[in-house]
Amino acid sequence: MEAGTSRVKRGMAEMQKGGVIMDVMNAEQAKIAEAAGATAVMALERVPSDIRAAGGVARMADPTIVEEVMKVVSIPVMAKARIGHYVEAKVLESLGVDYIDESEVLTPADEVFHIDKQEFTIPFVCGAKDLGEALRRIGEGASMLRTKGEPGTGNIVEAVRHMRLINGQIRRVKNLSKDELYAEAKNLGVSYEVLLDIHQHGKLPVVNFAAGGVATPADAALMMHLGADGVFVGSGIFKSDNPEKFARAIVEATTHYDDYRLIAEVSKNLGAPMKGIDIKQLAPSERMQDRGW
Amino acid sequence: MTNQTVKIGVLALQGAVSEHLRSLERAGAEAVSVKRTEQLDGLDGLVIPGGESTTIGKLMRKYGFIERVREFSEAGRPIFGTCAGLIVLAKEIEGQEEPHLGLMDMKVARNAFGRQRESFETDLPIKGIEQPVRAVFIRAPLIREIGEGVEVLATYNEEMVTAREGHLLVSSFHPELTDDYRLHEYFAGMVREFKSGAAKG
Repeated sequence: MEAGTSRVKRGMAEMQKGGVIMDVMNAEQAKIAEAAGATAVMALERVPSDIRAAGGVARMADPTIVEEVMKVVSIPVMAKARIGHYVEAKVLESLGVDYIDESEVLTPADEVFHIDKQEFTIPFVCGAKDLGEALRRIGEGASMLRTKGEPGTGNIVEAVRHMRLINGQIRRVKNLSKDELYAEAKNLGVSYEVLLDIHQHGKLPVVNFAAGGVATPADAALMMHLGADGVFVGSGIFKSDNPEKFARAIVEATTHYDDYRLIAEVSKNLGAPMKGIDIKQLAPSERMQDRGW
Repeated sequence: MTNQTVKIGVLALQGAVSEHLRSLERAGAEAVSVKRTEQLDGLDGLVIPGGESTTIGKLMRKYGFIERVREFSEAGRPIFGTCAGLIVLAKEIEGQEEPHLGLMDMKVARNAFGRQRESFETDLPIKGIEQPVRAVFIRAPLIREIGEGVEVLATYNEEMVTAREGHLLVSSFHPELTDDYRLHEYFAGMVREFKSGAAKG
């Protein structure tokens, strides 16, 4: 019997495919998310848009919140640790969370090194905005990826950019000749072996979800159309007028992302989605996607 | 007989669908994903994959799959449930008032091993398959009680993890996560048997 193998850790993410993972800040929201059909919840102290508004240093949530959420739902519970914050991740592991998000939404604790995720029994999800980042995270032991997007903006444009870029780069690597892979590995800043795997299989070895800016059912469906394996919704649900209805609508639109009549139906009378931010209005220091390397 | 083509659907509302499609094809079946109830027409068998049983159950209710899959089963068409699929098929779910499909005569417990850190893989001997199968258990359920017509095919630490009741097959682990597709072959065999029986009858 072996626990924490890469098959067990990656497999856990495979089971989330086609699903919606929702940010929740308390037990009550977690119950709403589960009842709406979320495949997992992310327990947080503040959603990204509030973190953005509050400024200052954003850290791992109070363990009380994480434990409360774990107590009330039967679906998996994820929680965020700061980039490079080994101890926050170990604390979350000790609480028994099912997945750790080493997340750029929180203020990085280390500006050089990410967490060595290989040695953990529980799996990690990490953000990536291009293939180089994606493969470096996999090399460090990430068992699941997500686009970084631009969290807390309600603006899908960056998630679209990241998903298209990663998938475009994969297609390019697949078509390179074997001897060209060495230079490409150097360009991307990744090892030859992981790049060879992409070249041979034409896809990432782990699932890749969309995250960062999903604000409507149509946004979720767009990301699935672009090849996402599933969707993370952060501020979108509990910053909307009617979270329950909104959550259900996003779940349905993710499953039936190519059924436009159904998406029209579930999008009716949802009330106002979260207020969005134009990415161009963000100062460089406010861009969360530039955290991590 | 073994060359007879069978068409097996994989319920594709949420979960590990592509892995099952791949394993079924390697086991010699034609595999298609099923998102709408009308896609059940013309199928010889159905797989309900791993995923989150609460999500899959909700979406099945929402889109009318509960009734349609029950009819599918009444016609004797084989159904294979893995992990969440096992929960969806069970007649009784511990701590839950309502089952989903309620087809198979067993009582099951969700997340019976604990949380993700308790997930594991192991070599599991299965009745009817010669060598042990590499079995991946992820937040896996267990079969707590079974009715008379249910045959246990595998146990792990004396707990029931694979079982069959006539045309229904369940495993609490994920055969679709490895390159070993012998349990899919076993299921494809059940489907072939049904199809040739139905053709004769």
